[in-house]
Amino acid sequence: MAEHAANPEHAEFREYCRRWLAENRPAPPSFRLPLSPIEVMTEEQLTYLRNWEKKCYEAGLIGSDYPKEYGGGGHKGFQQIASQEMGRANVPYMVNVIGLGMAAPTILNHGTEEQKKRYLAPLLAADEIWCQGFSEPNAGSDLANVQASAVRQGDDWVINGHKVWTSLAHFASWMIMLTRTSNDHKYNGLTYFIVPIANTKGVTVRPLIKMTGETGFNEVLFEDVVVPDRLRVDSVGKGWTVAMTTLLYERGAAEGAGSGGGASLDDRVNALVTLARATPRGRGTAWDDAVVRDRIMGLAIRSEGMRQMQRRARVEALTDHPMRLPLQQKVLVSELLQDIARAAVEIEGPRASLYVGDPNAPDGGQWPLAFMNSYGFTIAAGSNEIQRNILGERVLGLAKSK
Amino acid sequence: MSAAKDGGNGAGGPPELGVRTKPAARQPRDFGFGSEEQMVRESASRWLRENAGIEILRKQVAQDHHAAYESAVQPAPWNEKQWQQVVELGWSALAVPEESGGAGMKMVAVAALAEEIGRAAWPSPLTSTLLATMVLRAAGGERAGVLLERIGEGGRVTLAHANVGGSFEPDDTEVKASTSGDTTTLDGTAWFVQDARKAEVFLVAARSSHGVGLYAVPADAPGVKVVPDRIVDLTRDQGRVELDGVRVDEEAVIAAPPAGAAAFHTALPAILTILAADLCGAGEWQLQTTTEYARVRTQFDHPIGFFQAVKHPIVNMMIELDRARSLVYAAACAIDTDPGDALRLARMAKAAASDAGVFASDRSVQLHGGIGFTWECDVHIYFKRQMHTVFLYGDGRQQRAELANALTPAREAR
Repeated sequence: MAEHAANPEHAEFREYCRRWLAENRPAPPSFRLPLSPIEVMTEEQLTYLRNWEKKCYEAGLIGSDYPKEYGGGGHKGFQQIASQEMGRANVPYMVNVIGLGMAAPTILNHGTEEQKKRYLAPLLAADEIWCQGFSEPNAGSDLANVQASAVRQGDDWVINGHKVWTSLAHFASWMIMLTRTSNDHKYNGLTYFIVPIANTKGVTVRPLIKMTGETGFNEVLFEDVVVPDRLRVDSVGKGWTVAMTTLLYERGAAEGAGSGGGASLDDRVNALVTLARATPRGRGTAWDDAVVRDRIMGLAIRSEGMRQMQRRARVEALTDHPMRLPLQQKVLVSELLQDIARAAVEIEGPRASLYVGDPNAPDGGQWPLAFMNSYGFTIAAGSNEIQRNILGERVLGLAKSK
Repeated sequence: MSAAKDGGNGAGGPPELGVRTKPAARQPRDFGFGSEEQMVRESASRWLRENAGIEILRKQVAQDHHAAYESAVQPAPWNEKQWQQVVELGWSALAVPEESGGAGMKMVAVAALAEEIGRAAWPSPLTSTLLATMVLRAAGGERAGVLLERIGEGGRVTLAHANVGGSFEPDDTEVKASTSGDTTTLDGTAWFVQDARKAEVFLVAARSSHGVGLYAVPADAPGVKVVPDRIVDLTRDQGRVELDGVRVDEEAVIAAPPAGAAAFHTALPAILTILAADLCGAGEWQLQTTTEYARVRTQFDHPIGFFQAVKHPIVNMMIELDRARSLVYAAACAIDTDPGDALRLARMAKAAASDAGVFASDRSVQLHGGIGFTWECDVHIYFKRQMHTVFLYGDGRQQRAELANALTPAREAR
């Protein structure tokens, strides 16, 4: 309580966010929205979400802590509040998730003044959508094995290569891209670029089909794509360092330019309780089954535990190592989402065989879909096996597994 | 792809799960853990490091396996001089309200102290006295105040109310109370009494026709017999307290029936939080000790922490402990500022800490390999302490069952 009194501005902003979100919640669309922004497929989904995001930006709920000269709100500590309130209000998510969460902080930290002036404002306003070109067919967990090449040619660079798992590339204006500029050094031979994607000569975006049957991410092929040197981010050979900044934000270890919206973890756990109570089992419901209750309460504890972990991560006196809690974020969220969906599928039993589109599917068939999609999160952004390596090595000082 | 940004609601999460009655946004985001609380932690940590480190602990409780498990009466070694020292440092008075001469510190400070005690696996009656302090505070009134004052000065008080089946629910007490005039007579046995041989006063829950009352019974009162248990844990002391026609006067009535059960239930969030903090502290020792071993022990030309079959479980220990520890401070902060949500968070904390303690114990022995299975390796001391703490006032399974029951309207329950 004392802290709130010490930050009347923050309390006021929180009130403002609540009021604004209550008054401006968009009408639900007539079409289905996917569970997360990286699965957005159609123009109508994009337009609906982009308009909403722009409105949030104009209201000051996006880019709140970014400097005014780059289109931000120029505040301190506002973004976290706005993101929390958007999560609490369960409003639609932000479609420019890679722009806000990864490209913006990377450009802010490593970009030139010219880059910040040119790219940040339209990114925050959702006028330009961003995608990320890191993974390649032979550079997954071993990301530094990136082979897509950038070769200097006067004031330009010529890029050739193949990027995969590229969410939102089909809508993106720009890509943040990790390329190889030297074969002499594995890590120090990498350079980071901003690369135009839409209507660019030599760029081919092809959809990849996920195990769910949905599209939603892509492969992107680069054939002699010419990029001016002013689109290089940071020095030649510093790409790995820049990429680590991007990944820090991607893995949720640091606050980006804005996020929020979508169903919160608590909403999802509550949905499990509702589902169990509505699922006939014997003479009663699945909720009467002590094992089911135990399972759901275990997930409720993990959900609350994660919220409290995020709270504790900001209290220096209660953290032993600055990165110990932030680096856990990605593992915790992705595995919790997966286990919630797994529990739902188990509660549904045979009815979990009914998929999206079946009129009898409980909850519209979203749980088997969410369960399969959850593997996207446990694998993406560095698989959770890699995350555990990083936690063991960087936080606990265990020997490097390579 | 991007990991879902989720669950980031901080202190202000939605209220649906459990018994929350007030918006938690009223809780301070920093748990109210300020410089005073930090000083408590640091001074406790320093004192325990200097005076109760692992070398001292080993000599004290695990010198001789014959003495530990085979002597006629199991020794429950503790250092009474050290008890006096920490009383002078104000540890026993930390949770005693100011009006009873204590420091009246916040629950987050008490949690920090409990965590440090767990980390040191310190054999002392402090944890049990802290639990009794919480029940006395909840009971309130002049007589509870007198006993609280005594605790502040070093008096050792412990709760005596569990039944033979291990239920810590006061309604299940086996002790009977019958009152005539100013005198109450107590008969029956209280089981699983912590620090039974160190306590000077037992806070006994006893049932009469009017319900459950709480009575302060001196350990040396006629008719009181303490029978030590033989227990696995080397750092604790447990026994049963047999009460045979024990007569106490009005001064001993801390809560007249039926107020005894309510006092206990009010204190339950604090009891669970203190025990969860102890589990977290001990778990952190297990994590750090196992990590250190994985850094120095070499096989196949690598420190064993190089291998992911070793590295990943150690990381999982850390993740589970951090979840539990975050919930401990959330529960403590709720006790300080948002009592309507305290029981829900405290049950979550005890569940998470119990599970983390079980897992950390399991991996700490396994990852130490052959040596981890021996008496000479210190991990057994903490393994046993965790086994003991996990079952006090309900393990993870029991807490989850209670949390689920709280979601089920009464007419549906059972």
